[in-house]
Amino acid sequence: MSSASVLFDAPGRRGRLRNNLLTAVSAVVMLAILVWAVLKLDEKGQFDWAIWEPFLTAEVWQGYLVPGLLGTLYAAVLGAVFALVFGAVFGIARLSDHRWIRVPAGVIVELFRAIPLLLLIFFIWFLAPNVLGSGDYALFAIVLALTLYNGSVLAEVVRAGILSIPKGQSEAGYAIGLRKGGVMRLILLPQGLTAMMPAVVSQLVVLLKDTALGYFIVYTDLLNMGFKTLPSAYPGTKLTAAVVIGVIYIAMAMALSAFATWLEKRSRRSRRTAARPVAVSAVEGPAGGA
Amino acid sequence: MDELIQYGPELFSGFLKNLLLSVLIGFFSLVVGTILAAMRVSPTPVLRAAGATYVNVLRNTPLTLVLAFCYLGLSDTLGLIFSTEVPLTNSFWLAVLGMSAYTSAFVCEALRSGVNTVPMGQAEAARAIGLTFFQSVRLIIFPQAFRAVIAPLGSVLIAMIKNTTVVAAAGYTVDVAAVMRETFDTTGVSIPIFIGIVLAFLVVVLPIGWYTGWLSRRLAVAR
Repeated sequence: MSSASVLFDAPGRRGRLRNNLLTAVSAVVMLAILVWAVLKLDEKGQFDWAIWEPFLTAEVWQGYLVPGLLGTLYAAVLGAVFALVFGAVFGIARLSDHRWIRVPAGVIVELFRAIPLLLLIFFIWFLAPNVLGSGDYALFAIVLALTLYNGSVLAEVVRAGILSIPKGQSEAGYAIGLRKGGVMRLILLPQGLTAMMPAVVSQLVVLLKDTALGYFIVYTDLLNMGFKTLPSAYPGTKLTAAVVIGVIYIAMAMALSAFATWLEKRSRRSRRTAARPVAVSAVEGPAGGA
Repeated sequence: MDELIQYGPELFSGFLKNLLLSVLIGFFSLVVGTILAAMRVSPTPVLRAAGATYVNVLRNTPLTLVLAFCYLGLSDTLGLIFSTEVPLTNSFWLAVLGMSAYTSAFVCEALRSGVNTVPMGQAEAARAIGLTFFQSVRLIIFPQAFRAVIAPLGSVLIAMIKNTTVVAAAGYTVDVAAVMRETFDTTGVSIPIFIGIVLAFLVVVLPIGWYTGWLSRRLAVAR
């Protein structure tokens, strides 16, 4: 290992031999697994050009993948905007001095964080036509549910970000005669924002992935278009379609994650804030969500 | 309220299936996640790369896609079948497979970040007083890493329990979310049913969060 590790010393001669042996053995094992998988896939005819070829045609992209991707992005962007607003409002409300604001905000945030997202989507989807009259509420249900769930998680991020600022900062603010609003607006939020950004962006990754729950309520997202509609038009492409849309999802999520990591590095260096960045897993973290 | 009483038994048996799934997936994902974490911190580049690839692929794919892939890809197309007689049993194990594969990536990351919270100085001090590799892992690193891991693992566990509502994507359509949807389809939306199911989840999920939070604060390493 080139970098220093908590677990291992720099290996000596015997250690290097052992490590090289381990590397060789594990390489052989991994290769064997890979070969086995390839043979198995070939046996089932998954390398036939016929089931890969459609993904090089314009019809597949224009007719299925791009509309699906746009649907996913549309839901994700709407959900992200509303969730950010929801999170900011409720995160600050939880820090209020007034109990009648703090307590209800806390209850709402804790509640929506604990409800399984799919149940919430189903509930809104079935409830909306009764309340708002008939219509297609797939997008509405997804966006509202994403807002409530991710907004609640973001509220916790916002709260943690503001609490991570040393007390001296707000005390200094009060000392120069600012009021509560001024301290929050001029001192705490600007510094907290830098600290909470990485955690916010990684929660947005979760939100993006969660749009795939639209699969259950036939929203035209990437998963529905790419995995349900497309294979029925091009028989035998189930596995290939899964690989293609999987790659798209992974690329989008990893790009956002890389952005979060970059932000975290930057805010760790930043001298514009007295706060340490909120750890990405400090709240419920990226483990949440489907 | 009547609907809740009428469909109560069915919903409750659905909820028990979610709990059974949670227990099985929790077990498998802990085992696989530990192996993955060991791979990712090992001194062997091949194992590290393999572990990192697995984690990045599974963690960035939506769970719904993972489960649908297990159902339509692995089972339908590639012929991985756990039970030929009972389709639901087949789907049950496909759901366990898919969700364990997905959750183990998160378990791995939680464990790995736990190891990373142990400061270098601790390991250096252990070597300085002459502890062997296994002694320093057992006496110095593991106890500290374990404490740092409790809260994140609790979050992973909670997320996993909530995620069991998605197993219908693997064709296992008798869990509580699927039953709720069916009920809504036949009798229309029912607020008492929704509240009942939410309460059932709260009863399971909240104590886990409180307990792991309390435990991690109590055992926190003072630095």
